[in-house]
Amino acid sequence: MNGYAGHILRVNLTKRTHTISPLPEDLARDYLGGRGFVAKLMWDEIPQGADPLGPDNKIIAAPGPLTGVFLPGSGKLEFGAKSPASGGYGDSNIGGHISPEIKYAGFDALIIEGVATEPVMLVIEDHNIEIRPASEYWGKGALESEAMLKNDLGEDFQIATIGPAGENLVYFACISHDFGRQAGRTGVGAVMGSKKLKAIAVKGTKSVPLADTKATIEVGKKMFEACFEKPGFEEWTPQGTAGVTDWVNEVGAFPTRNFKSGYFPKHQFINGEQIVTQIKVTDKACYSCPIPCGKYSHAKTPKYDVHVEGPEYETIALIGGNTEIDNIKDCAYANYICDELGLDSISAGNVIGFAMECYEKGVIKGEDIDGRTLNFGSVDDFVWLANDIAYRKGVGNVLAEGVKTASEKFGEDTARFAIQVKGVEWSGYEARYAPAMMLSYITCDVGAHHNRSWAITYDVASGRDVMEGKAQRTIELQHIRPLFDMLCLCRLQWVELGFELDWYPQIFKAVTGREFSFEELLGFSERIWNLTRCYSLREIEGFGRSFDYPPARFMEEPITDGPTEGKFMPRESIDYLLDDYYKLRGWDNNGIPSQAQLSKMKLEFAEPVIAPLRK
Amino acid sequence: MRLVSDSSKCSGCKVCQTLCALVHFDENNPKKGALKIEGKFPVPGVYEVTVCNQCGECAAVCPVDAITLHGTTWILDRDTCIGCMACVTACPIGVMMVHPDEEAPIKCDDCGDCVRYCPREAILDADGEVKRMGR
Repeated sequence: MNGYAGHILRVNLTKRTHTISPLPEDLARDYLGGRGFVAKLMWDEIPQGADPLGPDNKIIAAPGPLTGVFLPGSGKLEFGAKSPASGGYGDSNIGGHISPEIKYAGFDALIIEGVATEPVMLVIEDHNIEIRPASEYWGKGALESEAMLKNDLGEDFQIATIGPAGENLVYFACISHDFGRQAGRTGVGAVMGSKKLKAIAVKGTKSVPLADTKATIEVGKKMFEACFEKPGFEEWTPQGTAGVTDWVNEVGAFPTRNFKSGYFPKHQFINGEQIVTQIKVTDKACYSCPIPCGKYSHAKTPKYDVHVEGPEYETIALIGGNTEIDNIKDCAYANYICDELGLDSISAGNVIGFAMECYEKGVIKGEDIDGRTLNFGSVDDFVWLANDIAYRKGVGNVLAEGVKTASEKFGEDTARFAIQVKGVEWSGYEARYAPAMMLSYITCDVGAHHNRSWAITYDVASGRDVMEGKAQRTIELQHIRPLFDMLCLCRLQWVELGFELDWYPQIFKAVTGREFSFEELLGFSERIWNLTRCYSLREIEGFGRSFDYPPARFMEEPITDGPTEGKFMPRESIDYLLDDYYKLRGWDNNGIPSQAQLSKMKLEFAEPVIAPLRK
Repeated sequence: MRLVSDSSKCSGCKVCQTLCALVHFDENNPKKGALKIEGKFPVPGVYEVTVCNQCGECAAVCPVDAITLHGTTWILDRDTCIGCMACVTACPIGVMMVHPDEEAPIKCDDCGDCVRYCPREAILDADGEVKRMGR
């Protein structure tokens, strides 16, 4: 099959065995790759009711049919596992170079099952597979262990690791790679830790088979040339994602002080310009990317001296705004601490902002934290708490399971300001005055994550009081963006440069030999959106509409200051958006896909599981 | 055409290696690219890109004269090559590349596609004849 390496690697850590089997043609045909493979393999293979941190859960890592091929942004990998944070569908993608390397080693998916008794690592060198002891790396930081493994195995291995947070089963532990890339969300790092799998190291030498080599070269070259011609190619790249910081403040959507506000008065001290002028060392790209968003940086003060990739926008928002750390070097330092500990910097900033508010309100008292302080704006307080979370010490042990669980334990109405959906912390866009962005967050299949539908610019352009049409646009975006995750491509060429979507069917045809319009490719994406909903319906008791609401803060508390001061989104507005959304999706009023919808999506196999859930 | 590199601009994307292999081997396999990129991470956090400077040291040690001068470019004749890899050892900058599936080493032929498609203009033609597309 052109575009595919042709094999699946299955590793059983309990039995310490592995098998290599041909990639099933129908899997490739119907689910394309990446997120499509993750969703289908999770449905088929992870037993219903599996403990996310037990031996029955599986880690699936899947590149896509265009991964590693000559076109802009073909370096993404999709990790998937039942999420310890939500208890339902979880996936997270990562850039860097490991995804192409998995293809060059000959695999379209890795399925990692079971649990090792001692720390191990998986070493893949083409079709030579080894499960090796990894005790000497266990306990080391994610960055430190990657450096050790590069030294021990060779520079040409691509390596994914977890840090102490993953080892200690923190629900927002990430998988790290390439000294600064993370599969951050949904706790995939904790699943790796639960399996005592410290690292995956890959080196491959094989070619990706192409349906039409000449056409791939021609179309690939034209795609790069088209990127070079976009104004954003020169203008956007120097600051990368951090370049949006000022604009998000201008529109009052910047998470500030645990999402009390949408405007951080000191945002100009943590924006992209500060990165470029104060700390940037190198523009760092993922595989085959013409617009390197990675800003590899060096932050040095009398207190610390660290190299770190970033901070990128999300980290600036959640560490900078949300915990009010007001200068770029301290943001970079806190970013480094999260990266080394193996904490998702989005959730870490959200959780620590929540804890700071709990401290401010007296829910967390001085005596609970050995007399230490937990003040907004203090990088020292951020760092000690990040460490205590990663090592599950004291109050950090409670916070290690995310703001939803922590608020349940703290009580005292803290759920009101635990900013999460489905157990996954809200990322970098305050959405009380942005209906499509709000709907994007509350209906995102993995919890409050922006990447499935980034609709804030649409809200601003189409009118922020307008509710009509927001569900339609959210759904369109929820098909477009996850399609990139199925093909395992980066979406930023499209988002940031305005790169035309028409290119993708052309290169897809050249590489795979299969001809689709872009609309037809979106059909695959819609199928997966319905399948991931079914997965969470299957796994989470009572799952449905009630899991699609934001925290009470967003429905009842006005934004405290800035351009969106006074705005909030009452429950009736949320209900309007959800009603419209479910109707357009072919889901019932409780957010459950109808039989007709499952049939239309060719997901009839899910019907026996879903039918009893409909009322 | 004289290839030179400016490592300070390299972002490590490997577009050069992938395209090089595609153009010369009809294969999508950056491991067959005739140039070298090394990441120096976590410290100091830079990439080093090395391109063939056509110094001819490879030709000087070739026992079968498989590497011959065409204009200013030393070209490897893969059919004549006996795969002794003496040139790989002799190359002072480590850009006679080796791949396990290839009997002959892989050498740059100055085609210029890496210059045309390096997004960062980290690989340049010192003579200025070849430029990045769109320049």
